[in-house]
Amino acid sequence: MSVVPPVLSCTETEQKWHKPRTMGVKPGPVDAMVVVKPKPDATPASGIRSTLYKGYSGELLDPSTLNPLPAYADMEPDSLPLICRMNITSDKPLVDSIFGKIQTGSLPGQPKESTGSAIQYLGTATRRLASARLPFIHPYLLNCGNKTMANNFARILSSKRNVGILSLIGAGSLTAGFLLNHEHVTAGAQVRRVYPASAEYPDLRKHNNCMASHLTPAIYAKLVEKATPNGYSLDQAIQTGVDNPGHPFIKTVGMVAGDEESYEVFAELLDPVIKERHNGYDPQTMTHPTDLDSSKLTSGNFDERYVLSSRVRTGRSIRGLSLPPACTRAERREVERVVVDALAGLKGDLAGTYYSLTHMTDQEQQQLIDDHFLFDKPVSPLLTCSGMARDWPDARGIWHNNTKTFLIWINEEDHTRVISMEKGGNMKRVFDRFCTGLKEVERLIQEKGWEFMWNERLGYILTCPSNLGTGLRAGVHVNLPKLSKDPRFTKILDNLRLQKRGTGGVDTAAVGSTFDISNLDRLGQSEVQLVQTVVDGVNYLIDCEKKLEKGQDIKIPPPLKK
Amino acid sequence: MKKLNDQMAKLTIKRLSPEEEFPDLSQHNNHMAKVLTQDMFTKLRDRATPNGFTIDGVIQTGVDNPGHPFIMTVGCVAGDEETYEVFKELLDPIIEDRHGGYKPTDKHKTDLNPDNLKGGDDLDPNYVLSSRVRTGRSIRGFCLPPHCSRGERRGVEKMSVEALDSLSGDLKGKYYALKNMTDAEQQQLIDDHFLFDKPVSPLLLASGMARDWPDGRGIWHNDTKTFLVWVNEEDHLRVISMQKGGNMKEVFNRFCTGLTKIETLFKDKGTSFMWNEHLGYVLTCPSNLGTGLRAGVHVKIPNMSKHAKFEEVLKRLRLQKRGTGGVDTAAVGGTFDISNADRLGFSEVELVQMVVDGVKLLVEMEKKLEKGQSIDDIMPAQK
Repeated sequence: MSVVPPVLSCTETEQKWHKPRTMGVKPGPVDAMVVVKPKPDATPASGIRSTLYKGYSGELLDPSTLNPLPAYADMEPDSLPLICRMNITSDKPLVDSIFGKIQTGSLPGQPKESTGSAIQYLGTATRRLASARLPFIHPYLLNCGNKTMANNFARILSSKRNVGILSLIGAGSLTAGFLLNHEHVTAGAQVRRVYPASAEYPDLRKHNNCMASHLTPAIYAKLVEKATPNGYSLDQAIQTGVDNPGHPFIKTVGMVAGDEESYEVFAELLDPVIKERHNGYDPQTMTHPTDLDSSKLTSGNFDERYVLSSRVRTGRSIRGLSLPPACTRAERREVERVVVDALAGLKGDLAGTYYSLTHMTDQEQQQLIDDHFLFDKPVSPLLTCSGMARDWPDARGIWHNNTKTFLIWINEEDHTRVISMEKGGNMKRVFDRFCTGLKEVERLIQEKGWEFMWNERLGYILTCPSNLGTGLRAGVHVNLPKLSKDPRFTKILDNLRLQKRGTGGVDTAAVGSTFDISNLDRLGQSEVQLVQTVVDGVNYLIDCEKKLEKGQDIKIPPPLKK
Repeated sequence: MKKLNDQMAKLTIKRLSPEEEFPDLSQHNNHMAKVLTQDMFTKLRDRATPNGFTIDGVIQTGVDNPGHPFIMTVGCVAGDEETYEVFKELLDPIIEDRHGGYKPTDKHKTDLNPDNLKGGDDLDPNYVLSSRVRTGRSIRGFCLPPHCSRGERRGVEKMSVEALDSLSGDLKGKYYALKNMTDAEQQQLIDDHFLFDKPVSPLLLASGMARDWPDGRGIWHNDTKTFLVWVNEEDHLRVISMQKGGNMKEVFNRFCTGLTKIETLFKDKGTSFMWNEHLGYVLTCPSNLGTGLRAGVHVKIPNMSKHAKFEEVLKRLRLQKRGTGGVDTAAVGGTFDISNADRLGFSEVELVQMVVDGVKLLVEMEKKLEKGQSIDDIMPAQK
């Protein structure tokens, strides 16, 4: 009888394709690191008992029995064990909470009405806390006393999305063995097995996206134990990149943000990804300029014999609400409400109507299709794997002004996508309307106490790291029959910092010789700068086309500074 | 202190009210949408299983997929064994509706003794082209595919492969991990109709079971290609016994022997399958609880299938028809996939017996129709 060869799963071999760092968990075979050792004499009904984590049986304890304070009543406050005082020292201001005195700044200590973002991390969380109930210890943390809990912002997540903000809730609660107090869950249920980071690390050997290029086992091990205040985890952020190894035409980003805080909490992974994607822009050291003063734009009128239409688009996110990969139904509906409310206040040539995807009539739907405005449930696995298409079409919709030149998509890939467009070559007017519209919408939401997600390092915050900064894509549909056949066409585009797409958008081929030409960059330059780049570039392309028509030669322009 | 205790027991931060979170199910037609009310949602939203699976995880697939053209889908999944307890209020009525009135107090009988099957070795091979029995098993202590982490999935794979590698005799076989397969192996598995691919059905994708594909997934089959196990597809394990022809008894024999051997191997390692007295074998989809068993044949019944009473006969025999490509396909040339309609409330032997007896009758009816005779005198009673 021949022996069946042993199966080597990928996790049993060491990952060799990266350079392992000395810090953090060294990748090892799953075998050697199994936490759970099944006992041979365990009865089938009892399942697996971990040697490290004990399932808790019996009545839930009265929390007062777990209060360590009486035991340490005799000790000096500054010499109390860390788990007792949570880094509380006499010099730190304390506030009252239902858990007793806790340090200001910790999550449960947030006041109901909080203005400003004194604490950067919690800036957006405070809005939620106004109506939130307090977070609780997950059974996971049973017997986890060894791990240092000193850092308020280290959250340990045990599970998939939207569950379990495990935070430090002040003295007397840390090693509390609280299991779920549910009638139906038997208290003897075993605690979920915990695998070390090396066993959870995704197999990225066949992957070619920015996330896979930068997610080393060491970074994974460090970040996998963290979560944003909303409970968004690293595994969720990278899921789309794990599920989609590569795109035939472009190196995709391979990860998304679930909320504004993702860019902070997972900075160790996101910063290198951003750097790679945005030509070396370093969020740690650089600042992004925002400039929506469209009067600065020059030569923004194209020759309409060549340019068929002009368009500028960007996205905006509402601060305080989670982004599409992570938002709950209620949050998504709130985004819709906030934005539609604001849009109802637009006047003049910006006045318009909202069409909710769930409620639109067949007639409205047909009209929107004919206008090429309607967006449908995404089919690209790049998008669906991130979770942004959940609950479709709930709280999704399209708003546009009566003249059909200003259009807003709600809750598609981002909270909002703002599009200004016209037939013809008047990019100046398109950009004017774009800036005016955006500023108006911003003013209207601010009146109600909301604001857009924005910061100095990253500009406007959107779901995909590729859209940070301006999130702006300004483009034209331009007919270049001669130039497009010239072998120098691609190089010319590259040097002008432009990209070409088919007229159906990304992932499409050109029809005839009409191309969608737009800016390559998003972050590191302002809106005015990027649109100017497009204007100058397209004017140059048209100039080349005219030269070729006359039989003259064209020149490849010098490369623009990135 | 009691209030503190209640609060401490909750896992989720409540951002917005349950009314705001309740899904819009007005366009929906699945079991979950029929059962889930605002009150129930409000109550269940405050709970999570010990592994952190919540109501949103349970119902996401049902919210994202309003309805299926051919069948009333379940619209919810389990993320772990405890889901069926923690979210009882939702799942019990769904189970009752889906499984013919199975009550929360009913007990399910498991019977994997192939000797209890009467007959089944004499189905006419001129009509019955192939016979197949499949079920699923979940490994206790691991989360189910919608909720498992990469580490857990790999743990399931490792444990299953170890158990399967120790099978011997006519059950001896080999494991092919999806991501390590050579082109030649892949082609062979496709030709054998064994290879499963990443699911495309939105019903499955929306539940999260296809995450990290193809990590931790694979196919094991014995050398004679009559016993096949899928690892980490829709369930931890899908076990399939099949062969050409009509000898269902042999297929069922091998099925039971193989399953029992695998279960013993797991027990030796100190683990077991998810099973309880009320729900039988616990699987990801509530529609597969109990036996999780689908025993079926590919049978040529062109005349019978055109008969006006075809559907009625199937209903009385407690059988269902599918196209020969499986669920969601149409029949080709009068050849149908006929299998048991039930999963829960009947034992494995009882279900296979229904298939054996039912198919025998269908073949008899087909023969009569061929000769131009009537089938009214052999119409069965409702089982």
